[in-house]
Amino acid sequence: MVEETPWQQALRYANRANPYPFYEELRKTPVARQPDGTYVVSTYREIVTLLHDPRVSSDPRKCPAPAAARAEGSAEPAAEPIREVLTAPNIITCDPPEHDRDRRMMMPHFVGPPHAPHLISDLEPDIRRIVGGLLDDMRGRTRIDAVDDFAYPLPVTVICKVLGVPMEDEPRFHHWVETALDALDFGPEAASEEIRSRQAGGRQAVQEFAQFADELLDRYAQQPGPGMLSALANDNGPEGRMSKDVLASNALLLIFAGHETTVNLIAHSVLTLLRHPDALEKLRSRPELIVPAVEELLRFESSVQFWHTRSALEDIDIAGTTIPKGAPIFLAYGSANRDPERFTDPDELDFERPDNQHLGFSQGIHFCFGAPLARLEVQVAVGEFVRRVENPRLVEDPPPYRHNQIFRGPRHVLVDIDGIRD
Amino acid sequence: MSLPATVAELVREFRAGARIVIVGASLAGLRAAETLREEGFTGSLTIIGDEPYEPYDRPPLSKQVLKGWVPADHTKLPRTREVNADWRLGVAAVGLDRITKRVRLADGEQVPYDRLLIATGTRARQWPNPAEAALEGVHTIRSRDDAAELQKELAESPSRVVVIGAGFIGSEVASVCRELDIPVTVVERGPAPLVGALGGVIGEIAAQMQRDHGVDLRCGLGVSSLEGDSGGHVRRAHLSDGTVVDADVVVASLGSIRNVEWLEGSGLAAGVWGVGCDAGGRAFDINGVVTDSIFVAGDVARAPHVLYEYQFLAMEHWDNAVLGAEVAAHNMVNLEPNYRPHLLLPGFWSGQFGVNIKSVGVPPFGDEIVFTQGSVADRSFAAAYGHRGRIVAAVTFDHGKWLEYYGKLIERSGPFPPPPSGWDQPADTKPVPAEFPDPRVPTAIPDVVLTGHAPSERTAEFRPRRH
Amino acid sequence: MRIVVDLNRCQGYAQCVYLAHEVFRLSGQEALTYEPNPDDARRLQVERAAAACPVQAIMIDRLDGTERGEAS
Repeated sequence: MVEETPWQQALRYANRANPYPFYEELRKTPVARQPDGTYVVSTYREIVTLLHDPRVSSDPRKCPAPAAARAEGSAEPAAEPIREVLTAPNIITCDPPEHDRDRRMMMPHFVGPPHAPHLISDLEPDIRRIVGGLLDDMRGRTRIDAVDDFAYPLPVTVICKVLGVPMEDEPRFHHWVETALDALDFGPEAASEEIRSRQAGGRQAVQEFAQFADELLDRYAQQPGPGMLSALANDNGPEGRMSKDVLASNALLLIFAGHETTVNLIAHSVLTLLRHPDALEKLRSRPELIVPAVEELLRFESSVQFWHTRSALEDIDIAGTTIPKGAPIFLAYGSANRDPERFTDPDELDFERPDNQHLGFSQGIHFCFGAPLARLEVQVAVGEFVRRVENPRLVEDPPPYRHNQIFRGPRHVLVDIDGIRD
Repeated sequence: MSLPATVAELVREFRAGARIVIVGASLAGLRAAETLREEGFTGSLTIIGDEPYEPYDRPPLSKQVLKGWVPADHTKLPRTREVNADWRLGVAAVGLDRITKRVRLADGEQVPYDRLLIATGTRARQWPNPAEAALEGVHTIRSRDDAAELQKELAESPSRVVVIGAGFIGSEVASVCRELDIPVTVVERGPAPLVGALGGVIGEIAAQMQRDHGVDLRCGLGVSSLEGDSGGHVRRAHLSDGTVVDADVVVASLGSIRNVEWLEGSGLAAGVWGVGCDAGGRAFDINGVVTDSIFVAGDVARAPHVLYEYQFLAMEHWDNAVLGAEVAAHNMVNLEPNYRPHLLLPGFWSGQFGVNIKSVGVPPFGDEIVFTQGSVADRSFAAAYGHRGRIVAAVTFDHGKWLEYYGKLIERSGPFPPPPSGWDQPADTKPVPAEFPDPRVPTAIPDVVLTGHAPSERTAEFRPRRH
Repeated sequence: MRIVVDLNRCQGYAQCVYLAHEVFRLSGQEALTYEPNPDDARRLQVERAAAACPVQAIMIDRLDGTERGEAS
């Protein structure tokens, strides 16, 4: 058997809880060609360079190479049900000028009009109320699951409100998202019986999810309602209206990305704080540190570990390697955020880290659309958790992780508590 | 004691007890002072500034201040740390004696120094006719007070503003006028706005942008005179083609003049071009020999730049003030081999007519330009400047996220034209002449003469020009 | 309080605008303007904005205002 590359090892489920030693090995070759022809970029400087390089595409349709490149290697093609189903691009899978136009059209419906982008700040009272309610519900309990009882309900409730997705549909799309994510694998286990058996289900889940978004948009087109999706479906702005398939594809993205990554960030934040009692204590005594703390947590456990849809449209020379035209490029944000060339003592958690220019939300034109909302949610959630939960103790370390490699996060974080403060 | 130990001791003593004087209390002077303290300098520090205000930031003056959103006195610069300095504000330096190492102040006081930093910057070039310049309603804009006065008049809805000179400041003033719905005429001698900084090809785009926003743009013309009413208020501008424009406010944005007059007779390489210095900020004397105790930073500094064939460049940019000051300050309290070079890739920005114009490198060093990304029609694009087959600068209109890609190409002396973008290519990707006016950088030609024959006598002399 | 934005670094991500729109404004798609000396009541907003800047271009005063050098 051929020895696995550090990247392949990092992707193994057994290493989900701690991929960092493999990232460290990976960074010794900042731009590392994998057996399947993919180029994995793992160092901070190189990733930032490629994020600003106009010869790199984010549009998988422009990458004819994966199949060919992968055929050259021994690995089977990775299972990617999401890519197969979504024929229309969304803002993370298209390039300028379409990208710029679509994002420009979406932004005002998310943050508010250009002259007064207040929608995100206006959500703060709601977010505080939801977080307060979740913590109140923990009263009388001695053990909680920081994922199911806390990290999940907040973002999903908020995103439903922001987008105008009926909360009663949550169990359905929760199931679709989980099923699809579990079927997606970029590592050596992609060819395993288990993952292959999940693929049909994953594909079907994405189809049903897409159909759900379609129907929702149709409904809003006929009868406008609250939220961003209805606004987009009825947009009469100067740049016209998004085509229906592009809108549907973006709707899917917003519903999914609008909560999934935040769930993982909150869960990881709780986990990380419980692993670092000094940091937890510091935050308890200096609550104003929550703002930089969330930035450090974004760096420390990045919710999007890597991104997989980029490719080289020309030969690109970088870090002593030439990424050939047509090659897929994976940008490993999770590794870059622990790059010692950029961050002093990168494996230390430091809420007062100067110049913390992390890549937790990426950079360049594809910088996370939902970042302002995610930040606000996590600041409130983690800040209140620290303030109100008495004597939290981690039950299991490491906790069980979800399967997905990109959207890496714990499935459960069991915490024993002594009570809930007012 | 060994020699290195002696030198180290010298540096320690200097940092503990020496006297440093900074002339210029704006961005560069402030950041230099902070860096000195950051580097462990605990001796006496004096900061001299001709304006009565503590350091403030100038870029907002021609934008949010003029617009009336931000009061002019709301531009005070944040501090990175305590500087524990003796601030001499509101009193100008008027002379420098390098023999006795003293700075002479307008109030007659003499301030001794062991190390001196010159950060006196520039001032606005005034309308050349003093009587007309004195008319009420005639403005320049460089200082906080300038901006406050002009803002007040703009707030009174003048019938029309005439802007003389369509460089960045003039164009920004015109932009604010249009935002405030004030009629504005821009008179520019060159063929288009921004031609000196960005060339004629980009200038043409800027011209169209101004016209689309309702600016009455008159290029290829000068203003021959300004006419006032009996109350001494400006009412009309007479243009060089004989036309007359009625206006209540005139803004002369004719570029800047470097504040070097106080250095006359000091024997430094100071003149209209600024103060010559090496890339470490050490001032040259008149013969081009580097001095040990005098440093220069900010707009007034002119230093050789490795990326531009070692030509001496004065970079009147915000980041040059910050980084140049940090380098000069570091070098003021260090000795070889611990000197640091100021190797800035210059950059600037200008917000006007709702578009963010940014540049990296030295555009006037290029003789060709090529559009690389985006759409000129949408005024959302990137373009690169080339000189002898390599990229020397880039400009973006609302494409700032891509600028660092070009910056990296410039730093590596990458090819021109640069490799094409993989998407969103402009309609025309053929390089064309960039159309900079001749002569290009550097613009000021000093009157320097060499005198003396014996090597010990040979020296340079010049007579500073008056403006 | 006092702030300054390094607009050479700024790439127009506008995160500051979404978090503190009384202090930071966009003119068009990308050109940022801001109030350099905002009211102290805005401090939390401004700190959130500075922390959120993807290129860390927002600098907040690190001095409590004891020694400024303003001529009286």
